[in-house]
Amino acid sequence: MGQTQQEGALEPLKSTLQRLGGVNLLPFAVAVIAFVLIGAPSSWVTLTVAGLAMGMMLFLMASGLSLIFGLMDVLNFGHSAFISFGAFVAASVLAWLGGWLGADSLVLNALAVFCAFAAAILFGLAGGWFFEVVIIKPVYRDHLRQILITMGALIVAEQMILALWGGSPMTVPRPAFLTGSILLGDVAIEVYRIFAFLLGLAVYLALYWLLNRSRLGLLIRAGVEDREMVEALGFRIDRLFVGVFMLGSALAALGGAMWAGYETLITPALGGQMMIVVFIVVIIGGLGSVEGTLLGAIMVGLVANYVGFLAPKLALASNMLLMMAILMWRPNGLRPAVT
Amino acid sequence: MSLLSLNAIETAIGQYAVLHQVSLEVCEGGVFVLLGRNGAGKTTTLRSIMGLWRPSAGSVVFQGQDMRGLHTAEIARLGIAYVPESMGIFGGLTVEENLILATRNGRFDQERLKRIWQLFPALERFWSKQAWSLSGGQKQMLSVARAIIEPRKLILVDEPTKGLAPAIVDAMMEAFRDISQTTTILLVEQNFEFAKSLGRDMAVIEDGRVVHTGSMADFARDTALQNRLLSLSAS
Repeated sequence: MGQTQQEGALEPLKSTLQRLGGVNLLPFAVAVIAFVLIGAPSSWVTLTVAGLAMGMMLFLMASGLSLIFGLMDVLNFGHSAFISFGAFVAASVLAWLGGWLGADSLVLNALAVFCAFAAAILFGLAGGWFFEVVIIKPVYRDHLRQILITMGALIVAEQMILALWGGSPMTVPRPAFLTGSILLGDVAIEVYRIFAFLLGLAVYLALYWLLNRSRLGLLIRAGVEDREMVEALGFRIDRLFVGVFMLGSALAALGGAMWAGYETLITPALGGQMMIVVFIVVIIGGLGSVEGTLLGAIMVGLVANYVGFLAPKLALASNMLLMMAILMWRPNGLRPAVT
Repeated sequence: MSLLSLNAIETAIGQYAVLHQVSLEVCEGGVFVLLGRNGAGKTTTLRSIMGLWRPSAGSVVFQGQDMRGLHTAEIARLGIAYVPESMGIFGGLTVEENLILATRNGRFDQERLKRIWQLFPALERFWSKQAWSLSGGQKQMLSVARAIIEPRKLILVDEPTKGLAPAIVDAMMEAFRDISQTTTILLVEQNFEFAKSLGRDMAVIEDGRVVHTGSMADFARDTALQNRLLSLSAS
């Protein structure tokens, strides 16, 4: 009786929170709590921008995995190979276009960055097609074999990177227009972080449009729910799968390229290191949902930066703790495509 | 004239053989009812026609075309729609999106849409609602509407009255009667009264074998046969 009364009293609060955005308010809540705990506004702004930028880069890497996992029910541990390859391909193109990068021209600088990202995306598309057709297709509907074969493919991919680029860390040159910081009062905001945030946002908006405003997106969303029925309506979902796999791999490669520019020093183990975080983002956000992945990525980015500042010893465990807390509250993630 | 022929098809699910030498002739027009007890192989028959489960032997011929080896999507594009027992509604999509997905070019034929709204007024009312929020009967209406939003030659319907309120069953009966004026329906149904009032031809399937075929009128008159094949008196 008392519990029912308590629940009744909480109902208006719940519906108000739901109206204001529901789980979408979580990053704001985390930011407000962090603001109180950090105290210094300038540090808080710096950490928040860093968290958002990191979140957007994680979103780029994770959104493809979420779509592949959610739509195709494929556990692709090889996804991180595309992150690594994207990083190395982009770094190589930037190194090759060193002349443009060092030129005193914004156009040439921007063109070099565009070429590097375009090369990473093209590699992701082509590699994604090859990976789906040769490695994934024979193991649909068999999770154990998927894990084994994609883990194997990841090892092969890492060895290929070692063979092609060597084992030493590779320096990633950054163009002048993406270096330095913008000073807002006593707050310094790195230009690259703003760039990462804006690019991530643009990709999110494009994906949102694709999934929610186009017929192709309608098919993808329907396929996440019931593949068989989509086929019974006359659509070749296997062909759609190839397209989604290519898109997901290209996004991972773009994320890898962005991360390479952010870290400026990359190793062949980059993808493997990012994989755990990427899986955490997908699990927190909920499978198959781009909105969920964005939410999960921003939460991971913010929490990692805030915890790293407030309790450095907890920094490594922060992602796991966040995932545990969210899964205890919402076992399907924050915004899964199918509940 | 035969629209669909099943010629001695055999279908296995995993290691279990479900259909044994199933042969049927579905003529153009009207409702063909497939009756049988639970687990007799009715759903497997529909799924085998749709290519969702592949027959290991025999052939399925639609309008003279052997559909062996065709993908489910290609079978659907020949003009066959499928309304599964689970309804197959995309809960995360709106009523409108569920229907637009079933159109060939992403646009509604306004005449057909009006006809659907006449048959199922609830769908117009909940046009922009997500399908998960519909009641069971409304979901079934949406599932059937999706099958007729484009001109089809054959609609496979699996137990459309299961779990529905009597008023909805009546509405569904009227809808099927209307649809069968222009489209052939292959109906799997356990509700014999419903099946009897709609069916022109029928077959009974038992343990994966066709044990009786004929006209529904004859079958409806033969109570002894009904009791033997469907255990109606026992139920």
